[in-house]
Amino acid sequence: MNKVPKGTWVEIEWVVLKPEERAKALPEDTKKVPYVMRVSGFLTEDAEIGQMVSIRTIIGRIHSGKLTTVNPSYSHSFGKVVPELLTIGTEAEK
Amino acid sequence: MTQKDMSYSAVMARKNEIMKSSMGIDYGDFIESPIAFDYEKMMAETGYTMEDIYRIQHETKVGNTPLYELRNLTEMVRKTCAPGKGARILVKDEAANASGSFKARRAAVSAYTALRLGYKGVVAATSGNYGAGVASQAAQRGLKCIVVQEVYDSRGVGQPEIIEKGRACEAYGAEVIKLTVGPELFYMQLRTLEETGFFNASLYTPFAIRGVESLGAEIGEQVRSRYGQAPDAVVITHAGGGNLTGTARGLLYVGCESTRIVACSVDLSGLHMASDHDFNRKSFTTGHTGFGVPFAVWPDRVDVPRNAARSLRYMDEYQLVTQGEVFYITELLTKVEGLERGPAGNISLTAAVTLARQMDKDQIVVVQETEYTGAGKHHNSQLSFARENGIEVRRGDPRESIPGKSIIIPEHLDQVLGRVQDIDRLRREYLANAAKQLPVTQWTENDINFLAADVKKDPAWVRANLPA
Ligand SMILES: Cc1ncc(COP(=O)(O)O)c(C=O)c1O
Repeated sequence: MNKVPKGTWVEIEWVVLKPEERAKALPEDTKKVPYVMRVSGFLTEDAEIGQMVSIRTIIGRIHSGKLTTVNPSYSHSFGKVVPELLTIGTEAEK
Repeated sequence: MTQKDMSYSAVMARKNEIMKSSMGIDYGDFIESPIAFDYEKMMAETGYTMEDIYRIQHETKVGNTPLYELRNLTEMVRKTCAPGKGARILVKDEAANASGSFKARRAAVSAYTALRLGYKGVVAATSGNYGAGVASQAAQRGLKCIVVQEVYDSRGVGQPEIIEKGRACEAYGAEVIKLTVGPELFYMQLRTLEETGFFNASLYTPFAIRGVESLGAEIGEQVRSRYGQAPDAVVITHAGGGNLTGTARGLLYVGCESTRIVACSVDLSGLHMASDHDFNRKSFTTGHTGFGVPFAVWPDRVDVPRNAARSLRYMDEYQLVTQGEVFYITELLTKVEGLERGPAGNISLTAAVTLARQMDKDQIVVVQETEYTGAGKHHNSQLSFARENGIEVRRGDPRESIPGKSIIIPEHLDQVLGRVQDIDRLRREYLANAAKQLPVTQWTENDINFLAADVKKDPAWVRANLPA
């Protein structure tokens, strides 16, 4: 397994509430799944993916959870072109 | 050390004490009965004048945003209506605030207050723009910031706009707690407040709502100084109701009593807001009926004992638009007005097109906000994501669309029609919800007067519409 060094920016995951611990009166589909949180921070000790670890967040708080991601990144985009939009407001639709 | 019980029910049971210590407001001072409370006293208790609010906001790059006339769009609308009709459409460019939306106005007053009261940090639970606003304001005031955000469905998939809003919070230096779908967001917010002792920068405090008053006041003054008249109608994208409440109060503050206050939401009827499955089947993350209707008919469903955002108190009319209509108008705004702006403001712009068509040429309709756009928020991102999630996207008659199944983008401007929602029905639903707090037989005259003011009607109307 690859060691993730202390100090690396990572994301952890933690089950806050198991399905049976959740709020009452949830829709059926939501009721069946756990309530899960993710948060990013700097790893406080060397660790491996999948281990329980601690992180220090950007404001200095400590959270514990399962190490899931190294260098969590954003990949949201403008999406694939939607041709239906292209002609709106152009000569083609006058 | 004794360990506190962190179970859902135990934390929720500590709600009142957690909120009291995280806010610097004792709501006990205003509450008169399970229904009535002194709303104006609560708003005044913030201690800020309008001048204070302007000053606080200008210190942190908020307010004084441009008001533009959309000349080309107005001309296009005039071509689709009866002669003599076609009001001028103006837009208040709220994207110019630090963090890119009007939510910065709420956040500015909250962060200022937190600092003044000696808190080390702020916590906000939000679907997004407000989080970015709070993070940006906290950064400027030297406060720590935690944003508690509903982001993912159980597969770990997030709506692109939600992902972008979370990114913005992190960009401004906030810790973002990213959660799966569920109303337990409030539980996490309470836990976080308890753990940190930070200020509850709720969207619904009097601080937050007074922060929006400057928006209404600026609109009233800008329109009057430029056109020599008050706006005839102001259209306001409506979710939790703070946008409408604060804007309407600001307009009244500068004497625009005759201005018609029009709410507008995207019609998402049929989709369940707490459903893991439905979560990613909507192309709007706010400004939709999934928030707008429940908050209008019961504002106190929030993270403070009494909500300062009470939209029925100020609303004259409620317009609904479809997702496809808003996407059409968003593209049109870009192509003919040269403004690329985000989803929420374009909801009210869509309704403004319908209103302008019914109004006289010499009248003025103001769209009171824009918000920023970009990866994730852009209408192309939304439509592309919808398509990947099996939603049908096509051009045609938007009235045929079904939320969660299809998005139909109009072929022409004259298909942008929206529809009116019956607000008397909402008022009656509100009364029915009040009856759940206190049986009708126990309502006092004070309760009836409060309810009447809270739905913008007189006590006789309330008496004639008592819930069964
Ligand atoms: C940009 C923008 N406009 C409008 C709204 C709706 O405001 P409110 O929730 O106060 O009704 C929101 C948030 O919900 C928003 O972020």
